Parts: sequence; structure tokens; C-alpha cells
Amino acid sequence: MIKTNNSMTADITEVTQQPISTRPDVASLRGKSSAARLEQREICLEVKNLNLYYNFDTQALFNVNLPIHKHAVTAFIGPSGCGKSTLLRCINRMNDLVDGCRIEGEILLDGENIFRPGIEITDLRRRVGMVFQKPNPFPKTIYENVAYGLRIQGVTRKRVLDDVVEKSLVQAALWDEVKDRLHENALGLSGGQQQRLVIARAVAVEPEVLLLDEPASALDPISTLKIEELIDSLKDQYTIAIVTHNMQQAARVSDYTAFMYLGKLIEFGSTETLFTNPQHKQTEDYITGRYG
Amino acid sequence: MLETKKQTSIVQWYKSGEPWIWFNAGAVTICVLTVVGLLFLLAVRGFGHFWPTDILEATYTAPDNLQQQIKLIGEISEHQTVSIEQLQSAGLNIKQIDHISPFLTRYLVKVGNRDITGKDFTWVLEPFLENVQRPKELVVIERKEWGNFYGRVIGLQSAGENKWQASAEAPFDITTNTLYQELLSRAQKLTQDIADIEKVEISAINHNLERLRLRQRKAELDYGAPLPADHVELKEINSEKAVLEARYEELQKSLAQLYEAIARDTLVTQTSDGTTANISFAKIVHILQPNKMSLAAKTQSYLQQFWLFLTEEPREANTEGGIFPAIFGTVMMVLLMSIIVTPFGVIAAVYLHEYAKQGIVTRLIRIAVNNLAGVPSIVYGVFGLGFFVYFIGAGIDKIFFPEVLPAPTFGTPGLLWASLTLALLTLPVVIVATEEGLARIPRSVREGSLALGATKAETLWQVVIPMASPAMMTGLILAVARAAGEVAPLMLVGVVKLAPSLPINGNYPFVHLDQKFMHLGFHIYDVGFQSPNVEAARPLVYATSLLLVLIIAILNFSAVSMRNHLREKYKALES
Repeated sequence: MIKTNNSMTADITEVTQQPISTRPDVASLRGKSSAARLEQREICLEVKNLNLYYNFDTQALFNVNLPIHKHAVTAFIGPSGCGKSTLLRCINRMNDLVDGCRIEGEILLDGENIFRPGIEITDLRRRVGMVFQKPNPFPKTIYENVAYGLRIQGVTRKRVLDDVVEKSLVQAALWDEVKDRLHENALGLSGGQQQRLVIARAVAVEPEVLLLDEPASALDPISTLKIEELIDSLKDQYTIAIVTHNMQQAARVSDYTAFMYLGKLIEFGSTETLFTNPQHKQTEDYITGRYG
Repeated sequence: MLETKKQTSIVQWYKSGEPWIWFNAGAVTICVLTVVGLLFLLAVRGFGHFWPTDILEATYTAPDNLQQQIKLIGEISEHQTVSIEQLQSAGLNIKQIDHISPFLTRYLVKVGNRDITGKDFTWVLEPFLENVQRPKELVVIERKEWGNFYGRVIGLQSAGENKWQASAEAPFDITTNTLYQELLSRAQKLTQDIADIEKVEISAINHNLERLRLRQRKAELDYGAPLPADHVELKEINSEKAVLEARYEELQKSLAQLYEAIARDTLVTQTSDGTTANISFAKIVHILQPNKMSLAAKTQSYLQQFWLFLTEEPREANTEGGIFPAIFGTVMMVLLMSIIVTPFGVIAAVYLHEYAKQGIVTRLIRIAVNNLAGVPSIVYGVFGLGFFVYFIGAGIDKIFFPEVLPAPTFGTPGLLWASLTLALLTLPVVIVATEEGLARIPRSVREGSLALGATKAETLWQVVIPMASPAMMTGLILAVARAAGEVAPLMLVGVVKLAPSLPINGNYPFVHLDQKFMHLGFHIYDVGFQSPNVEAARPLVYATSLLLVLIIAILNFSAVSMRNHLREKYKALES
């Protein structure tokens, strides 16, 4: 199911030579017709009545309820400042790092509330991985970057680490480019490569969910395309939630889309429905570009 | 028309900011020149000491008694321009002053022979000096006691018999006189043998005897009373003691023989006024004939002398000889201090920056740490003495070394306490530098690590602290720079004028942290101001100062290069 890098490159050059308006979305490149299957997918994460306050009284999220389906890509779209990144960061409890942040409500991961006191946060964060907007590889070698998560868990056997590093880099479509220089500094890679490295690092610990916070916004169009292809290939193994300010990217990549505005979830549905037949006027206005 | 234009351009020139650039550049240039000038002065005054200067022979008419004429042999060490009035007001009654100019030069001549004449140096006035010559056979002999000898060698004696005598056609020449070279090398070998026995073997025996005594005392303390004669431990101790004492007797005998052997040969010398004196070969450090030496020979001698300066022990109350123990003590202390201060400083900074809640208490702690940097260093010395030496040291003695009491082991100033005191002195610097380094690490890297399931501690130790290591090295560099120059606190907590042995030597337990040590900074003070022969010692003061500066520079350079290496590793994220 995982395409090798070579054929992806061929696709990319073929695709990038076409004018933008006529480019098919990545999903159709694979000849997918799984729209019918969407409704039957099980739910992996469920956000229930989530309210979030910064500085103890400034409310940023208002009663958000939404499901995240397993082995599917859910996109959060909306204008700047609408709380999509904040919501994403709640899912792996990264907002705990912010002083004065108060959360009410629940997020259920496989039925268990992640805000329950006594829960092991490191375990949660291993099961729910995150990739940030600006690539942030550690100032270590490429190998050590990918192996970091495993070393944290106590895996030290070289064979095991070698295997996992290779597997993750293959999954991230980076292996062919770096297999000869695994022990060079990761900071020597280009932006797109660094972001794929970070994705490889995230999948090395075998999470269930991958949270991507605007993963391609800092990258050039070719790298963006590569990342989008990557997301498509990863979705068979992981559940993916992606925040993007680029609507077309959401349309290309995701199965479900959630539209948020000023901290409220305005609409949630399958991507096809939301983009072709939005139920709320606000959604339609945003999609058609009346405001951004 | 022309004038106003010029005026406008001056005003414009001032407004353009150029004078400010010149001013800044000028300030920097002055600073650099000051430093370079200081180093140059130290180098010339200090290292010039080792260069073999020509020995002069001249006739000197005493200025206050024109009938009295004396012969002088010596080196010119300094010269000054003085006025006659100055000299007269100092009590010197100069005759025939109308024949000399009102300002004249006077020379400080090193005439040596302190055992014969009672003084090392003498001032002579240039107009009264006549017939200045540089005969090639004049020698300068550096001796183990009484300083230098200046004069001629007129014969060699062995066991009281004259084996060689100088003549007008064949004066003494150290390069061609084979008998002299033979006798000298024999004497040097014997000196080395004596040193081996005294410093190594007898010292080891003494050390082991002391350990046996302490073992016996400890056994007595455990037993509660003096041990009975048939006690197992006592029997063992006594048998070991007997072995050591027998060995000691043997060594004493060898030593007596060696001393006798080395006293066999002497040099027969003649001073400037014709007095003959015998100098035993045992007392000779080295002999030079500078008037005969070529530039290459002088350079070689210079380098040799310099090397000896760095590697030998001091003699004659630190005014002669080398400064190796001081170098060793300084370096050891700085290294020990670095080992102590770095972990404490880094851990304290990590706690303050990462774990402590940033409230008023943390702010107060930071203010306290910063103020610690301003406390005068002598206060640290007093604190070190009172707390470390008399409180903790005495406690350690009571618990771990009861058999040595009432003589203190750690309850007295020593290397460990000196290093601890200086570590305390430089702690604020390390803490501040590390905190700054930690603050510069971008949040993205920390969040990336946490998002992978790492705990905060793991993120710190695996990612953040390695990235902050250049800043930590900066802190360490500043700490070393500060501590290596501090002398005042050390005088109270561990430095002495003359230490009998190095803190690391061949006697168990090999590293003696309770021992007192020598230090370059204190050595400068001691030689410059506490020595009986200040004039002779002054070049040594300069040389030691320059050496101290060089050693600190070397320590700094190594730390800086380590830091640069670390910076290369982590560079891309630092910006």
C-alpha cells in the first residue's frame, strides 16, 4: 500500500506540470472510491463539550463536540485565530504546558477520557503524536532523531533501532534520500526533508493518532505535494487530524472536515458534503472566499 | 564663501557620526595596546632574566675617596639617570664634581659572592668606572646556596690534590676542559642519586612508617587501651616497622657514602680582588662563560634555563630555582574547582529556569545569586576557613581520622578546601551563563520532544542541556578566568610559601586533597615582597607573572575551542 518514492516523484512532476485548476486531487490519483465507506468507520477520538480558557477567564473554545474517525483524515479549517490549533493541541494535552490554561469537558480516546487525573501523559503523547508547523528536528543525527522516541522508551538494541529507523523513514518517503547519510546532522536537510524527518520521528513510536498542525505551510509547493501524498499513504495505518488554513489542501487530503469560527465548531461532515453542499451560511461564505 | 563651506562640512562631518567611530576605534586600540604593552613589559623584564649577559671587569674609583680603587667583576643589571644633587642629598659626598656633568648614569651591578662580600648588588657611578673589559675566561657560577659567583676559575682539586691549574696561555674553558666536564657530570649524577634516595625512597619509608603508626593508634582506639604485646595486629605492625627501619638504615648508609663522594671535588676560584675560594662541585647548579658564547650558544642556554625554570623546585626561599610546584598547584586547583563548580552551577541553573515556579521566591534567589558575585573574595576566604576548615574539616577528622588527632588531617587548610572556596566564588557566574543558555533554546524543540512522549526530565537531559552546553562552557571559561587570578582567599584556605611535596605523588593514597599546595599568584606576592633579596628576585616576579597569564590563557583557549566545537554541533538552531 505504501508507494515508493520513485513513482511519487513521477506523479509529482506529471501533476505539477498541469495548471492548478485542473489538477486532480491526490485522492483521485489513487482511484479511491471510498466515499461510500466513510460513514461506517469507527470513531477513534471523541471531543465532548470541550471548553478552554486562557489566563483562567479568556475563553478560546466554546462547547466543541466532534468525532475523529479511525484510519481517516480529519481536517480542521477556519480563519486565523478560530481555535483550530488550540483544539488540536488539546488532543495530546500540549496545552498543559501553557500557564493559566483551564479545560472543561472530555476528550475520549478509545473510550477513555484523557483528562482523567492519574493518566500517564507520556503514554498519551506516545499514542497521539504531533507534527508542528515549523520543522523542529533535534540537533542530532538523522538516525538519532528518528530513534529518539524509542530510546526514551528504553529500547537500546541496535538491531531493533535500525529496523524501526528504516521502516519509519520509508513510511515518511525519506529513506532513499537519506539512507547514505543517516549519521549526518539532521539540520543539514532542506525544509521539506526536515518535515518528513519529523513525521518519520513521530511514526517511529507507532502512535494511533497523528496530529498535524499546518505541516506544509512553511514549505514550498513541491514539498507540500510530497507531504500530502505522505498523509494519504499514512492514513491506512494511523488516524490523522490535520489543521490547515489552506482550504484546497483540506479538500485534497481529508475525508472529514470541521469548520471552526471564533472558537466554535460551526460545521462538521465529510469533506465532499462540506465543500459541495455546506449547511451553514458561514461555512459557505468561508469556502467561497467571502472572508478569510 | 570658502569659510562657510568649511564650517558646514565640519558640522556635517560631526553629524554623520564619523567622529564617534574614530572615538570608539581609539578606545579599543588603547585597550589592546595596554594589554599588549603589559605582556611585552612582563616578557622583557621577566624572560630577559634567563639570557646570559656579558660579565664585565672594571676598575671603580670610589666617588667619595678618589684614592680608593677597587676591581669589580659582575653583570650590569639596571641603569638609571640621576642628578648629582639627588646623590648628594642621599649622603654621597662626590669629589671633583666640577669635572662631571650634573646628570649622570649609575649602574646596578650584580657582583654576587654574597658569602664573601655580604651583598649581591652594588650601585656604581658611570664616570668613576674605568678600564671596562670583557675577558673571555670570566665565569658566572650559579650555586645552590649564596646565589651567583662571579670571577675566574684557576684550578680543579680532587680529594685535596690539585688536578689542574689555569695559566696565562691556557685559561679555564668549560667547553674544552675535559677534566672539568668529567667531574661535573660525576657530581650531577651523584646529586641525582642523592635526590632519588632522599625524595623518593626515604620519603616513602617515612610515609609508610607514619601509616603504621596511625594503624596502631586506630587499633588502640578500637581496643580501648594500649595493645598487649601478643596482640596479632601489633605483631604485624611491629614486623613491618622492623623491615622499614632496616631499609632506612641501609639507605642512610648509602646516603652517607654518596655525600662523602660528592664532597671530593672542588673548583678553585678567584674573585675580583684576588681572594681565593673553593667551591665544591656539589654546590654547583651550572657554570657559564657568557663572554665567550656565540649567539647560538646563548640561545641554547636561554632555552635550557627557561625549561629548568618551569620544571624545577624553588631554592633559597623562593628567590631562585624553578616554579614547577606552583604551576602544578595552580593547575590542579583550577581543575578541581572546575569539576566541583560545573555540576552544581548547571543543576542550580536548570532548577531555577525549568522547575522552579517563577514567583517572588525565585526572583529573590536570583538576586541573591547575582549578589554573591559581588562579595569580596577575602570574605570567601574567611568563610572557607570558618565553615569548611574548622567546621566540616574538624567533623571529618573526628569521624574518619580519629587516630591522627590532635594533628588535623582535613581540619586544616588544604587543596580540597581551597578548590571548594573558589568554586563557591565562581558559582554565580556559571549559574547566570547557564540560565542564559537555557533561555535561548527555542520552545519548538522542547515541544517536539514532549510530543513524542518524553518526560520533562528526559527532554532536559537528552535535548535541552546538550544544546545549552556552549553556554555552560562560557560560564566555565569565565569561572576559570576569575578563579585562577584570585589569591587573597587562598592565603587563608590552603596555599603556603613552600610545600614539601606535590599534592599528587607516589605515596598512597596518591592524591592528597588534605595537603597544602603552592600557587603562582601567591608565589608572585611572596617572591616580590616577602623575600630577603628583593633585587635579585624581581626578574623572577615578572617571569612568574607572565607565566600565570600564559597558563590562564592556555586554560581559556582550551575551553574556548571546546565551546566552538560544541557550537558547531548545535549551530543551526541557536540563531
